[in-house]
Amino acid sequence: MGGLNKMSFKKIAKEAPKEYFLPGNSACAGCGLELSLRWALKALGQKTIMVAPASCTNVIVGLYPKGAPAIPFTNMAFAAGCSSASGIRTGLQARGINDVTVVCWSGDGGAFDIGLQSASGAAERNDDILYICYDNEAYMNTGTQRSGGTPYGAWTTTTPEGKRQHKKDLAGIFASHNIPYVATASVGYPIDLYNKVKKAKNIKGFKFIHIFAPCPPGWRFETENMIKVAKNAVASGIWVLFEIEHGKKTLSAPSEKYRDKSKRIPLKEYLQLQGRFSKMTDKEINELQRWIDNYWEHLEKELACFG
Amino acid sequence: MKEHLKESVKIISGNSVAAWAARYARVQVISAYPITPQTTIVEKLSDFVDSEGWDCQYMRVESEHSVMAFLIGASFAGTRTFSATSGQGLFYMNEMLHWAAPSRLPIVLTVANRGVAPGWNIWADHQDVIASRDTGWLILFASSHQDIFDTIIQAYRIAEDPRVYLPIMVCLEGFQLSHTIEPVYFPDQSLVDEFLLDLPKNGWPHTFLDPNRPITFGSLQIPGGKVATPSSMYFEFRASIEKAMLNARTVIKEAAQDFKKIFGRDTGDLIQKYKCDDAEAVIVCAGNMARQAIAAVDKLRSEGLNVGAVKLRSYKPFPIQEFQELANNGVKGFGVLERNMAFSLNGGAASVDLKSAFYDMEPSPYVVPFIGGVGGRDITMDDQCNILKRVLNVIKNKERNVKVEYINFHGRFE
Amino acid sequence: MEKNKYKPWRSIPDDIRFEDLPTCPLAISDKGSIGNTGEWRTFRPVINKEKCTKCMTCWTYCPEGVIYEDNDELFIDYTYCKGCLICYSECPVNAIEKVREEI
Repeated sequence: MGGLNKMSFKKIAKEAPKEYFLPGNSACAGCGLELSLRWALKALGQKTIMVAPASCTNVIVGLYPKGAPAIPFTNMAFAAGCSSASGIRTGLQARGINDVTVVCWSGDGGAFDIGLQSASGAAERNDDILYICYDNEAYMNTGTQRSGGTPYGAWTTTTPEGKRQHKKDLAGIFASHNIPYVATASVGYPIDLYNKVKKAKNIKGFKFIHIFAPCPPGWRFETENMIKVAKNAVASGIWVLFEIEHGKKTLSAPSEKYRDKSKRIPLKEYLQLQGRFSKMTDKEINELQRWIDNYWEHLEKELACFG
Repeated sequence: MKEHLKESVKIISGNSVAAWAARYARVQVISAYPITPQTTIVEKLSDFVDSEGWDCQYMRVESEHSVMAFLIGASFAGTRTFSATSGQGLFYMNEMLHWAAPSRLPIVLTVANRGVAPGWNIWADHQDVIASRDTGWLILFASSHQDIFDTIIQAYRIAEDPRVYLPIMVCLEGFQLSHTIEPVYFPDQSLVDEFLLDLPKNGWPHTFLDPNRPITFGSLQIPGGKVATPSSMYFEFRASIEKAMLNARTVIKEAAQDFKKIFGRDTGDLIQKYKCDDAEAVIVCAGNMARQAIAAVDKLRSEGLNVGAVKLRSYKPFPIQEFQELANNGVKGFGVLERNMAFSLNGGAASVDLKSAFYDMEPSPYVVPFIGGVGGRDITMDDQCNILKRVLNVIKNKERNVKVEYINFHGRFE
Repeated sequence: MEKNKYKPWRSIPDDIRFEDLPTCPLAISDKGSIGNTGEWRTFRPVINKEKCTKCMTCWTYCPEGVIYEDNDELFIDYTYCKGCLICYSECPVNAIEKVREEI
């Protein structure tokens, strides 16, 4: 896993220069989703069909008669992401077309909550689609309401005093469906993201990638800090980069570095850059830390199983 | 190697007919979810695929919402699609019905109509399809087992016509048609191949997912105002569904005519008339009650009354001109018997629509609303005879403001 | 596979009428799908060509993809750069300055 990520920015600029999400679109300045989509599309290439259920993605693609994606892209109803992607895959199979990647590109609202049924169904059937969830940790398109992916203590318009529940373990949910590939990624590490999407593209069956995508307006921070926030999440241990291939879990290089708790940055350093955590009390921060420690404890036990 | 089904007569249930019709139509993608009373449609289809080697992509999905989302994806990818649902399932997929029509995808959905819960009711009731009437889907009713086959085959011809490109619902009554058994005549495959349109080789011409021709479909359409701009054509795109539905009137007629030429059967187009030429009063029904009405008309005719029956075959597009023509030809009263309630409108949905079709006529014909057969309750031939007699009375007494009558209703409704 | 038989956006006039509508609103991929987003900027990032080592960090982290290499030099497409200043923040040699836009 180390070797894949040794690619330098220079090298990858030569390997994947083409832009598939064209500039001048309606994404916010500094949008984490846009950066993740830009890199995912570089990895996927031209022979891709993308379905995007209701999310910010639907409104960042610009207005008719122009569209930002340089691949066939369709909007879809909120709960229908994975089922329509499965339908597209089946339709292509019926027509004998087998060299196109079908991707369902969903936000956290669509993946954690309303779209979970259709995704679980598609995963159980092992339909040959790539399900990517970019996680900006709230329903951002409608103005920052809490979702199942919002972390504990975060401010949203529907949790003005901070969310009381912890974040769902979505990667764990999909891993339990025994699908061939599950991975987490972050826009702070675009090469890692690129490699994971590339790997998933070449696997048959249901693949799931969960991308950490900070949102400057929703998380309340300056646009220029977007990459810092993404990297701090990994550095504090709150976001872990890993892959699960046929049930075997391995940490990705950036998170391997932070396995040692002493190497991590304090959780407060991650939280203080973001206005959505500004009202958190010390007690709440400790609770969030406890959740993170608990997660790593289980993670270590899991990793030990696989040697 | 494409299969070639031979001519045959099968003694078969309505649901099995629907499954065979999908097979004859060479459907390419099916998504399946069980719900009484359509379950045996998807079961039969899975038999065809798994046990008889029928070359069709058959996907068992996890909910009706996914059934329709799946078909939207498959149709968008350029294939002929089919599925079946009922009642609660139709309600659950309602959001996706509204998605399919503006997407202009020629999907065919068979609905085995059943009652609305709570108060679980799995028997014949049309409230489910009435609740979907403004989705932009075309709605056709089948009134017999043979009709189920004929209507589904015609549905593909109508939906895939370039003047239409709208999804179609073919409705059959739960249990009364879906599970009863009758002989049905199945043609030779070559006739169906001749009747149906060829599938375009590279996906639909108007909407496609093709990496060589990247498009973005379904992005924002802003309101706009007095000045037209391409990104504010929402109203106009919605109106294009209406235009397609009006085109469907012509296409339904053409399809019925061609069907008669090729298969030798007259299925009716938007309506089917029985002895209406010199009728004074006419009973209007959708579904199998229309078939039973024929017996009621014959009985009353033998008693000297000038009555007729109209099968409401196409609910969307509503046969406005066809009913106006009947009124102009001398039919004075229309008794509309329905298995649904359009609340607070003094009758079922079709009676209200019929009144609006007659609104500008002078003199305006009598429309007498009846609601019966709700939740599968029995409606007999004698009930239909009484309905026709009541309509004749209304005409004789020149009654206006006629209140809706509930047939076989236990108690008084004030 | 057949090539473009659908209506390209360039032939859709600004004062489009109902009669000329295509069956389906298929948008065609192009830059500027919302307009010239360069107009959004408060600050413009400017690359100091002397300090720039062409490590491509800015190109990697630019969400919009408006940084491009031409003839061994890096440029920013100011028609579309939204001024998020991620490039300014992430440049490892501080070769990018932020300059206030004039009205």
